[in-house]
Amino acid sequence: MNSTVVDMDTAMIRTHGLTRHFTVKKETVEAVRGLDLQVDEGELVAVLGPNGAGKSTTLRMLTTLIPPTSGTARVAGHDVVGEQREVRRRIGYIGQGNGAAHSQRGRDELISQGRAYGMSRTAARQRADELVESLDLSGVADRTVSSLSGGQRRRLDIAMGLIHAPELLFLDEPSTGLDPQNRARLQEHIVHLRAAYGTTIVLTTHYLDEADSMAERIVVVDHGRVIADDTPARLKANHSGDHVTLGFGAEIDARAASDVARRIPGANVETLGATVHVRVVGGPQVVPGLLRGIGEQGVAVSSVEVARPTLDDVFLNLTGRSLREGGAEPAGTHESATTEQEIAA
Amino acid sequence: MSTTIAPVSATTIVSDTATVLSRELRPVLRDPFSVIFSMIQPLIFLGLFAPLLPDLGSQGSALQWFVPGIVVMSCLFSTSFTGSNLLFEIQTGSHERMLVTPLRRPALIIGRALKETVPLIVQTAIIVGACLPFGFDLHLGGAVLGLLILAITAVGLGALSYTLALASKNQEWLFWTVQQTVLFPLLLLAGILLPVDGGPGWLRTMAEFNPLSYVVDAERALFNGDFALDTLGAGALAAVGVAALGLAVGTRAMRRSS
Repeated sequence: MNSTVVDMDTAMIRTHGLTRHFTVKKETVEAVRGLDLQVDEGELVAVLGPNGAGKSTTLRMLTTLIPPTSGTARVAGHDVVGEQREVRRRIGYIGQGNGAAHSQRGRDELISQGRAYGMSRTAARQRADELVESLDLSGVADRTVSSLSGGQRRRLDIAMGLIHAPELLFLDEPSTGLDPQNRARLQEHIVHLRAAYGTTIVLTTHYLDEADSMAERIVVVDHGRVIADDTPARLKANHSGDHVTLGFGAEIDARAASDVARRIPGANVETLGATVHVRVVGGPQVVPGLLRGIGEQGVAVSSVEVARPTLDDVFLNLTGRSLREGGAEPAGTHESATTEQEIAA
Repeated sequence: MSTTIAPVSATTIVSDTATVLSRELRPVLRDPFSVIFSMIQPLIFLGLFAPLLPDLGSQGSALQWFVPGIVVMSCLFSTSFTGSNLLFEIQTGSHERMLVTPLRRPALIIGRALKETVPLIVQTAIIVGACLPFGFDLHLGGAVLGLLILAITAVGLGALSYTLALASKNQEWLFWTVQQTVLFPLLLLAGILLPVDGGPGWLRTMAEFNPLSYVVDAERALFNGDFALDTLGAGALAAVGVAALGLAVGTRAMRRSS
């Protein structure tokens, strides 16, 4: 958008050893431990992790809300500690709460948000009208925010974050608490926004499908560290193969079949009663040969199922824990609440 | 959707303060009745307490003494409550959103505190207007100067209430406990409802440490057209002191807010 601003460095975000400790009841909690992250201009990156993984704390450091305990971060070409206002001018932030105050009217808040970024009253009003239209808020923009539905408020939050057409947009769990329909709609808006403005987007989520469907790059965070950083496809291929399940009439058939399956390079085979579970990369391509091999042994296969890996499988594989245990529940608000208490403490 | 990159001009602390102030004023202008809700208690005192006051003889009707105090009381009530608006914005997320904008931290507190002067003027007009038919005699010039001193006090008290809200983040009970604990001693020790002159020595000493005592004295003098320099000077000094303290601690708290 504004290439003169981002000097020679094409990185929109570059962190070195970014660390944040909180002191809770005289105990030090290491929320983020030495995070090294680079996000280039135009990327859409999802930061995925369970509650308490350090996602929000990382975002809060990158958006200048809290200073790092140690390490550095340059965001949109400026240091988050030394050049706070320069960073703030260039980024948009959509937090977990509602950006627009409940006592205000949506359009009023949009205009004052524009003013906060130094836009003239006319420009702010014009831009507010534009966003109200594109985020389907025309009918509700002049109502008090407290009277809007959750989905409408969330879209208003997005509009607030976009008022100054930022080069870089942060979204902290944008779809938490929304019903599936509103989540899908929100994701559409985000994808559309990126296509229209070329905005660099960093979002945190604990919804696997969201990270999977929207982002080209997923950074998996656990216990304050990056444990994986790749495209969804490669993450799945590298950290969890396809899951092939073969059913047989008898245990003895299953055992014979498992011997055949073990000959496939890289396959992870497990037999449970009359069922054989095979974890293998490229499952759909492997299955025909596997079935032929089993047939040659004179064994009949009664059922076949090939399941593509999910990011949950990836996460389980990386950490030994399921992401679902952390809950896609409203527990998301938990994380921020404890973090904030930690800061206050 | 067309891409409009809005013309952006450099902001200053003054323009930032104006942005925050006009944002704060908008709900007040959209719903002026909200200003009246916070003055229910002062109006109750005016209606049910003032008639109990003995006439002060040579000094005229009791209203001449009581009304300026009620104006200060109204200011004290509405400014001490005002932090709860910020507390709510902290809870819902809009305060955090504003912290990520380039708005300067002092502007975030000064703009909010300056807004307190607007309800103050409206409330004073209502109180005085309600008392005029009952024989209250207003000295306009004095009242205007009195309002100026009170406005400065309101900025300070408002900033203190906002500071309390920032300190009470995630602990709403703390805000209300402190607000209620501080409000009534300040009120009673300022001699708003009853004069402290006749009280025991320890109480008079405590009143001397209450900056509001001097503001109340100055308001009583000014609303009655008495421009005695010592009373006026003490009131103005107390007001400026409260404002300076409020804005100093408020700015500090805002800088630390996250």
